Amino acid sequence: MAVTSKYFSGSERAHEEHHEEEHDPRESLMFDPLPRGVMNDMVMESMHTTSWKFWLVLGILAFLVATCFFYAWGYMISEGLYVAGVMRPSFWGIFLVNTVFWIGISHAGTFISAILRVMKAEFRRPFTRAAELMTTFGLIQAGASIFMHLGRVWLAYWLFPIPNERQLWPNFHSPLMWDLLAITTYVLGSTMYLFLPLIPDLAMARDRSTGWRKTFYRILALGFRGTEGEWRHLTVAMNIFAFAIIPVMFSVHTIVSWDFAMAMRPGWSSTVFGPYFVLGALHSGMGAVAIVLFIMRATMKHMDYFIRKEHFDALGKLMLIVSFAYAYFFFNDYIVQWYGGDLATDNLLHWLEGGPMAWMFFQMIGFNIVLPWLTLWNKRIRTTPWLLALIGLLINVGMYWERYVIIPVMLTINRMPFTWRLYEPRIEIFLTIGTFSMFLLFYMIASRLIPLIPVWEVQEGQMTHSLRKVGKAHLPTITEFE
Amino acid sequence: MSLMVDLNRVGAKGSLIQEEASGKWGMVIDQDICTGCQACVAACAMENNLPFVMEEDAGYGRTLHWIRIERFWEGEYPEVSATPFQPMLCQHCGSAPCEPVCPVFASVHSQAEELNLQVYNRCVGTRYCANNCPYQVRQFNWRDYHFLPFHANDFDGQLVFPLHNQLNPDVTVRQRGVMEKCTFCIQRIHKAQDTAKSEGREVEDGEFTTACAQACPTDAIKFGRLDDHESLVSQLAQQERGYQQLHELNTLPRITYLKAERAE
Repeated sequence: MAVTSKYFSGSERAHEEHHEEEHDPRESLMFDPLPRGVMNDMVMESMHTTSWKFWLVLGILAFLVATCFFYAWGYMISEGLYVAGVMRPSFWGIFLVNTVFWIGISHAGTFISAILRVMKAEFRRPFTRAAELMTTFGLIQAGASIFMHLGRVWLAYWLFPIPNERQLWPNFHSPLMWDLLAITTYVLGSTMYLFLPLIPDLAMARDRSTGWRKTFYRILALGFRGTEGEWRHLTVAMNIFAFAIIPVMFSVHTIVSWDFAMAMRPGWSSTVFGPYFVLGALHSGMGAVAIVLFIMRATMKHMDYFIRKEHFDALGKLMLIVSFAYAYFFFNDYIVQWYGGDLATDNLLHWLEGGPMAWMFFQMIGFNIVLPWLTLWNKRIRTTPWLLALIGLLINVGMYWERYVIIPVMLTINRMPFTWRLYEPRIEIFLTIGTFSMFLLFYMIASRLIPLIPVWEVQEGQMTHSLRKVGKAHLPTITEFE
Repeated sequence: MSLMVDLNRVGAKGSLIQEEASGKWGMVIDQDICTGCQACVAACAMENNLPFVMEEDAGYGRTLHWIRIERFWEGEYPEVSATPFQPMLCQHCGSAPCEPVCPVFASVHSQAEELNLQVYNRCVGTRYCANNCPYQVRQFNWRDYHFLPFHANDFDGQLVFPLHNQLNPDVTVRQRGVMEKCTFCIQRIHKAQDTAKSEGREVEDGEFTTACAQACPTDAIKFGRLDDHESLVSQLAQQERGYQQLHELNTLPRITYLKAERAE
């Protein structure tokens, strides 16, 4: 076991640290351990506690899902796509905006749990689960939005390569086909990756529940007892998935961007779209994690123990870095297109900066680039949960506008000026409310059904972190397992 | 396995196909003599079973016209200097952008006719082809327009559809949710080919024409064989005024436009 000490253990430095009270290591979750039993009970209690406000919000969301999602979609299927606002030239509308947006949200989960786990970033420990849940639920909404968009959704299975007697296969030249395969892979991979680290916590919950919950957890925990061999298998499986899901994550949004980049449209056929979309996805995903962490901390019991200022601080730094990278790709995309001087692209760029949707274009720059750059350098802003959540929300608004600008607004301008026409969403607005409500509804139900805090991961982290006393100073140290 | 079909042999290569620049069937549209009367639009609708979409949808960019007359002008009204009309229909590209993007092979290339076709029954309505069409000539069935009350008469509380009696039996009526577009009146092509075959000869130039060309009062639209260098369209396409729409995209369009001389 290698022991590395984090701070330089000179006496002068220790003396300085002593005066800065905010550097007390015990403010950090990893150096503030609780006994296992107490922590397990805290997580169990947070799952069991529901107030009337919870049920009220749940009821409203369920109503919205029933009306804005199921009824509205059913109405659209029975009536035809004319109830939506799509037309020539904006054949793609908000449905595809939603798809790209939700896939973007889903990237945060994989990024936080897989990349940060591989990189051994310790601050990820308490909120990997919360982020992974966003991946799975976000992908459900993305998939639903794709199917909403289809003209004949009842024939959607034709998109899958199902063997049939007529030897009719899908067209593997089509970016939509790649998209479908990539998203399916991502859904399966990320769901398994959500499930694997969940097993020990489900086993913990099984041992502390009764009634239907016990049955529920018993089935899901797959008989996990926590023996040495089971842990070894689980660790190996999690490692494999953590490494395997990273390229999948990068490829998924790159392929989603190819839906646009491979097309022959001014504004779309841009070679930088792949990394630009991946960074955009991370940008909105990080913002969404900030919102979720704030809501969890504000509404669920005992969460202020697990989710602390240090986590918001680290998340804020991540958001700032992602915003830097996003800005790089953003300007790369637009400046190169502008420099190209193609007439259709010129028309498009003038339309973006001066047309009726210019407010959206500039709000996008403001929320995605200017706002994080102006605020997130400040530690006090980063460590104020509601402020960080607000910034995360605005970033998400900006990222939604970004997709909106790329899809319906850019589609407005094409090479045939006779067909230019502004897109107005109609039933799409209700269906968008429906997908958002469904995401929140799933998340709320999941928050009371599965442990939102990966208890074993926190406990593992606390075991490896310790305060060593050297003279009068407490030195935080990390023990590495491998 | 004997059941396996060699797709290259049966000619279902879909988007893989790379045609010669010339093509088989083609059209020449003379913008100098087009008066913008829209007879071609009406004739096309009658020939190909295009429904009315009524005012609201038409005003919102949902017209179902396989051919449209685009009108351009310079200057502000009333000092308009030029009004060339530009009939716009599917260009039947030799290298069509709409074909490779369809995930279910609904937008396919006919190797026999060297035309770009839409398999309505296969279409699931992703509308990717319409987005990728630089000419914006693909039309989507937003609803079942043929069966809406505005096509019907109320007859003792029962809806009767007299307009269904004039539907062309050679052409399908498309369901909602599918993409459709100009076929160069492929039913007429097939009919002419069948007649020629039964008489043991090739199809002659000018033996038949498309609905839009037939209806054009000034003969601004001419249809014929491009692979026959003696044919009328081949000769007209050689003119100095000839140009192809968005030729810089290298889609190899089969329609040649003859530039209008500006009447200043």
